[in-house]
Amino acid sequence: MPVSLLEDSSLLAVNIGASSTRAVFFDVVEGQYRFIASAQAPSTVDAPYKDVSLGVNQAILNLQDVTGKVLLDDNNQLISPVQPDGSGVDYFAATLSAGPVLRTVVVGLLSDVSMQSARRLAETTYLQIVETFDLNDQRKADEKIDAMLRARPDVIIMAGGTDGGASRSMQEILEAVGLACYLMPEEARPAILFAGNQDMAEPVKNSLQNLTPSLHFSPNIRPSLDTEDLAPATRELAQVFADVRKGQISGVDLLAAWTGGRVLPTAYAEGRIIRFLSQMSGASRGILSVDIGSTAAVVAAGFNGKLSLGVYPQFGLGSNLPGLLKYTSLEGILRWLYLDIAPNDVRDYLYQRSISPGTIPATKEDHAVAQAISRQALYLAMREAKRNFPPEARYIKKGSLPLFEPILASGGALSDAPTPGQSLLLLLDALQPVGITSIILDQNNLLPLLGAAAEFNPLLPVQVLESGAFMSVGTIVSVISNANYGTPVLKARLTYQDGSDARVDVKFGGLEILPLGMGQTARITLQPLQRSDIGNGPGRNATLQVVGGTMGVVIDARGRPLDLPEDPVRRRELFKKWLWSVGG
Amino acid sequence: MFVAPVYHVLPLATIERERALPVSGNVTAKLNQKVNPTDIIAEAIWAREHVLIDVTRTLGISPNAADRLIKVKQGDKLSQDAEVAVSKGIISRTVRSPRAGRVVIVGGGQVLMETGEASLELKAGLPGTIVQIIPNRGAVIRTVGALIQGTWGNGRIDTGGLHNMTENPDDVLDASRLDVSLRGSIILAGLLKDADTLRVAAELPVRGLILSSISPALLPVAQQMRFPIVAIDGFGNLPMNSAAYKLLTSNAKREVTINAEAFNRYTGTRPEVIIPLPVSQEPPPPNDVEKLEPGQTVRMRRDPHAGSIGTLTKITPGLVTLPSGLRSRVVEVKLENDEKVLVPLVNLEIVG
Repeated sequence: MPVSLLEDSSLLAVNIGASSTRAVFFDVVEGQYRFIASAQAPSTVDAPYKDVSLGVNQAILNLQDVTGKVLLDDNNQLISPVQPDGSGVDYFAATLSAGPVLRTVVVGLLSDVSMQSARRLAETTYLQIVETFDLNDQRKADEKIDAMLRARPDVIIMAGGTDGGASRSMQEILEAVGLACYLMPEEARPAILFAGNQDMAEPVKNSLQNLTPSLHFSPNIRPSLDTEDLAPATRELAQVFADVRKGQISGVDLLAAWTGGRVLPTAYAEGRIIRFLSQMSGASRGILSVDIGSTAAVVAAGFNGKLSLGVYPQFGLGSNLPGLLKYTSLEGILRWLYLDIAPNDVRDYLYQRSISPGTIPATKEDHAVAQAISRQALYLAMREAKRNFPPEARYIKKGSLPLFEPILASGGALSDAPTPGQSLLLLLDALQPVGITSIILDQNNLLPLLGAAAEFNPLLPVQVLESGAFMSVGTIVSVISNANYGTPVLKARLTYQDGSDARVDVKFGGLEILPLGMGQTARITLQPLQRSDIGNGPGRNATLQVVGGTMGVVIDARGRPLDLPEDPVRRRELFKKWLWSVGG
Repeated sequence: MFVAPVYHVLPLATIERERALPVSGNVTAKLNQKVNPTDIIAEAIWAREHVLIDVTRTLGISPNAADRLIKVKQGDKLSQDAEVAVSKGIISRTVRSPRAGRVVIVGGGQVLMETGEASLELKAGLPGTIVQIIPNRGAVIRTVGALIQGTWGNGRIDTGGLHNMTENPDDVLDASRLDVSLRGSIILAGLLKDADTLRVAAELPVRGLILSSISPALLPVAQQMRFPIVAIDGFGNLPMNSAAYKLLTSNAKREVTINAEAFNRYTGTRPEVIIPLPVSQEPPPPNDVEKLEPGQTVRMRRDPHAGSIGTLTKITPGLVTLPSGLRSRVVEVKLENDEKVLVPLVNLEIVG
């Protein structure tokens, strides 16, 4: 039995999404933390409930049914710590993504310096930038004030100025923000985060502390012109989000009380665990996690302990769906469809689905449209996220995804897919990974909860991650090649532990699978042809140990970027073939 | 126990609606007052724009010196060219108000004025009685009548006689069927597929349109119409659900109110049609959530039977694999054509 370094302390964690609320129980088993069980209930942030705690209580009650463990008392209050009769839990953590996207005004100085950083900061949680002000803004002071009033912000992010640098321009912006807040009704005043020149912190405090319900400070996101440091401000912005939600949504205050005041934005918590994993791995390749949910698409990428976190409500699959057409044409969605469905039907679908986001596809056609939309939304989110990846990211082809190991994926469209193959194909199409990577499905949305738990128990995420609580889909070998369609580009041989082997010659355009069961390991030898690249350089062989999964080893030689035929009939046939290749 | 949201299609119900200004204002309605849908129950006045007069910069002096010269104070109403500050010295300079307005705040050598008043009027939205005043915001209004909820509305409110132009719930309304006899009517139609029909309806003008569904391509035009438009079942080519269709057609020629308020999942507001009816005793208000039980009338929210009405016959235990391949908890529903279908629990709502 492994030596335990921990007290026997259990954790109940809940994740409140737009559609469903999930309660997850972790406990110590044989000296190691383990994921024990999860249960869910519909979220209750929307009318007629308008109180997240109802969904939380129901999810916990459902969890009680699954585990047989009593966690709530007769008044639906959390029992904590664990009682002598075994009821209760030692720790409680909560993450939240549900609720309307927060309208945000960003103010800064230089459009290509502090404003860029402030925009990136805003993208780390569930915000929508509705107005910006910088030094290039030609509007007069009173016009800026009116613009700020019209924007009706929930949050104002103030950045600008290097530490110790000039402060006069910042003072002018501060006056405009102060006057706008003064003019707003008290109950409608925004929360404010100041993340600029630290010399201005005191004037900001003096000017704004009586004009906002929630004034926050973080170290400068641009301490110098060529340095960006978003991490402390991201942490503070997470607190801003929680503060605003407490005032907006009933029940969040109860969760705050149960968590000791630390309800975290789901994306922030997910980002934290990815950074943590990236620090632990120390590998040259990054770690990627994607979550495609009702509220937003979230991309978290860790590179040598540095996190790039992007939260994209515009690509969420819930009530924002009609807005997706601002970022893509209908053809952009139709290209992913393996069934012949009319463009207008897809457009109707986007609108109809937006009014009932908690529903699920019951028919094959409905599911095909849902999957096509998910692909395009995730594809667009990834394209946005790539712009913010740091120089540490390693690429083997310009414009492609950097090298990642592993890729973790979650969200309803993935975890609810009828087969692991469909989840895999969606990810391969939308992300288009390169080189050799493993793909892991986080079916129970554990990652953000582990991120939340890490705050008070760093051992828990480590041990749960090692415990097999996630579903390994398999190892993916993506081939980059300039060969013609149908030309052999890779020879692969998978040698199993019993000495037997499986061989495949892969042609450009092909998608091949070599079976390797969950938990099994094997040795793979890869011989690229035609100067094709699998991550080691053009034409360079690779031999390595690989781990199996529900899909085994998947060789994707369809090209990067994935070049789909223009002819819709041929394209649909190809999709059907690929779908068949991954098991239907 | 499974609960589901309730979609209201009620022949008779007590309906209470909170109507409130988005900003603080003046509530003009009185407790127990009878109101019509288009009556103004509260109003707010706010400034369209602000003008910042920077005395410091104009006179080239310090903020403290400017403050001493500023002659206006908070709350003062100024006409255009009114004196705001006058400098001292042999050649004095005067800072004047560029526009008429009210002084909001003075300090730091600056004067902030609000100009160009705009008013916001809050209509009752339904005929009824004011049963509660919400100070500075609005009121709660109660009425008794039929209630039909919709899914999309263009934000307008009006009342008129209901004219049924349909033979079937999926009839398409086209411009050629609109004539002057329909002026001032609220039209019950099926699908709407072209913008011309909307323009002809506006020229008559009609008092409102009740549609089964609307093409998303028409939403920008529909938003511009000055009469209310409500889509009962949603977008595209959905026929009107039979429960709503039966109730609306059976009330043809009655006075109906459309409050085409936008659907908001967080606040619970949604467009609705209200048909006031006289009663001797108020029925109870409807529930917004109910426990799912066999015998209930339900409405399907997603294909393959989106919009269909049926009767819940059985709650099936365990998970069932759907034609889509997904596994879900399902219920058995008997449709109006007696066909029995399995529907994912999350894809239905109770009608009541």
